[in-house]
Amino acid sequence: MANANITAGKQQTSSLRKKRNRYIMFWCWLFVLPNIILFTLFQAWPIVTSWYYAMSDWSGLSSQIEFVGLANFQELINDKYFWNAYKNVFIFTFGSVPFQLMLGLLFAVILNNPKLKFASIYRTLIFLPVITSASIIGIVMGFIWSTDGGVNYLLMQLGILDVPIDFLGSMKWAMPTVIMVSVWMSTGINMIFWLAGLQGIPKELYEAAYIDGAGHFKTFFSITLPLLIPIGAVILLFNVAFSLRVFDLIKTLTDGGPFFATDVVSTYIYSAAFAGEIGQPRMGYGSAAGVFFGFTIIFLMLIIQYLRSKAKANRYV
Amino acid sequence: MNNSFLIRNSGSISRFITHIILIGVCFIWMYPFLWMVSSSFKTDAEFFENGLSIIPNSFNMSNIIRAWETANFSQYFLNTFIITFSVVLIVLASTSACGYALGRFSFPGKKVIYVLLVCSMFIPLEFSIIPIVALINALGLSNTMIGVILAESGGGHVMLVLMFASYFAQIPKEMEESATMDGCGFLRTFVHVMLPLAKPIIGSAVIMQVIFTWNSFLLPLILTLSNPSIRPLSVGLYAFKGENVVDWTGIAAGATISVLPVIIIFIVLQKYFVEGISGAVKG
Repeated sequence: MANANITAGKQQTSSLRKKRNRYIMFWCWLFVLPNIILFTLFQAWPIVTSWYYAMSDWSGLSSQIEFVGLANFQELINDKYFWNAYKNVFIFTFGSVPFQLMLGLLFAVILNNPKLKFASIYRTLIFLPVITSASIIGIVMGFIWSTDGGVNYLLMQLGILDVPIDFLGSMKWAMPTVIMVSVWMSTGINMIFWLAGLQGIPKELYEAAYIDGAGHFKTFFSITLPLLIPIGAVILLFNVAFSLRVFDLIKTLTDGGPFFATDVVSTYIYSAAFAGEIGQPRMGYGSAAGVFFGFTIIFLMLIIQYLRSKAKANRYV
Repeated sequence: MNNSFLIRNSGSISRFITHIILIGVCFIWMYPFLWMVSSSFKTDAEFFENGLSIIPNSFNMSNIIRAWETANFSQYFLNTFIITFSVVLIVLASTSACGYALGRFSFPGKKVIYVLLVCSMFIPLEFSIIPIVALINALGLSNTMIGVILAESGGGHVMLVLMFASYFAQIPKEMEESATMDGCGFLRTFVHVMLPLAKPIIGSAVIMQVIFTWNSFLLPLILTLSNPSIRPLSVGLYAFKGENVVDWTGIAAGATISVLPVIIIFIVLQKYFVEGISGAVKG
């Protein structure tokens, strides 16, 4: 009798628990649903469809989509403007990433000193370009680097130049100028990344180095730098991924010009797919370029990740 | 005695030099902004005579008024405000709810969601921009404000979800239990007990999303190509430059109007922004 009562009670609690679990599961799924929908519509679905578009001839305006197989890819790999854009985006990335990493680290090390007064004000000022819209930067820098702008004025006052240079309008100077503007724009965010890394280094190590009589440079190279390498790898990954996707800055600063000297893959895709500067807009062809370049980026990320894990295995990191 | 004086003295000299260099660097760094703000107060004549100086002769408001009234910047400003406000609300609601469920409970399917979201971090935008535009067109939302808002809110927002998940995960279990005792359901516990506790993360999420959306350029550029009246500031300014190549003082005024709100928000909420970004690189 008593036994049966206990079993009944157990059954009751277990069914209650089941009910409670089902209740929690229901709400959890309801809670993740909006984000899953936004993710599916705008990140997962695009991957599937971009393949379909890439293999079709489609202007994006009409509902007429013609399946053309690999014809777009064939045309792409024979297009010297595509390879020009492809080459340019790597020049841009390799030109800008090392400088913004190093400058960011330099500022971070200087401004991490707790005894330095006004450090937070300097930090804010150096960070301002990061939060400024690229269209503003493109326009303002377009003037500053023009023949009437501040850079030419300064160089002529210093006697370095006799005649002003049209930095953004010259085939030779356009890309280096875009790189310099990009470094100016991205140093602030790298500084914040590095500061996050610096704050993770235990203070005792610095005290020990100080007691051992190590100077600033010795301390930096034998304590700070080795300990920053793990976070540095993540920062490098961010920078490379971000630079390969550059669009806003180039679009507003040079629009890929002069004569495609600063045309990168994203601006190439934009003009093929949306602007229709060479006749009709071609969403299908643009998608093919996107898929091709997307794989390049994934491939590069995998290489960087592989090197990271190898370095980890060898205990360099 | 003597020795320690020397050390202190050399310290203050090197500190002085550090400050001089930093002030110089910051001046060069800030020059484009100073030029922009001062140009927006200059008259045309003054701009051509003395275009590079960073102190205007007088605070002439005519450029600002011209940009605001005749160049549609009041409309662009309102559009940007509506877009940013809506996107931030949508993203905040979906990421905090998702982070709460993932961070605090175990339920079937949770692992799959985690894996999917983390994988999405590595998907380049190149894959998605054309399909997103096609999707918005297919939904009949091309060249509408709702289309821009939806496209801007799209995506898995992994970083924010993970930030919320790890924050909610470390809140003690008792908080929920006592809320359940008081008769709060799942939704009420989340809204009245959990969300108020997550204020620092909400701060980071809001400021990062505000700045990101306020400045975003590519998506609104494409989605408003044939409807100028719903352009946000970033696109409006770009178009204004294209149409009025010579009106530099007007352009500078428009740029100043566009950037000022973000700078003010950033300076006020700076702490949260830096914490959010640092969390992203550490995690």
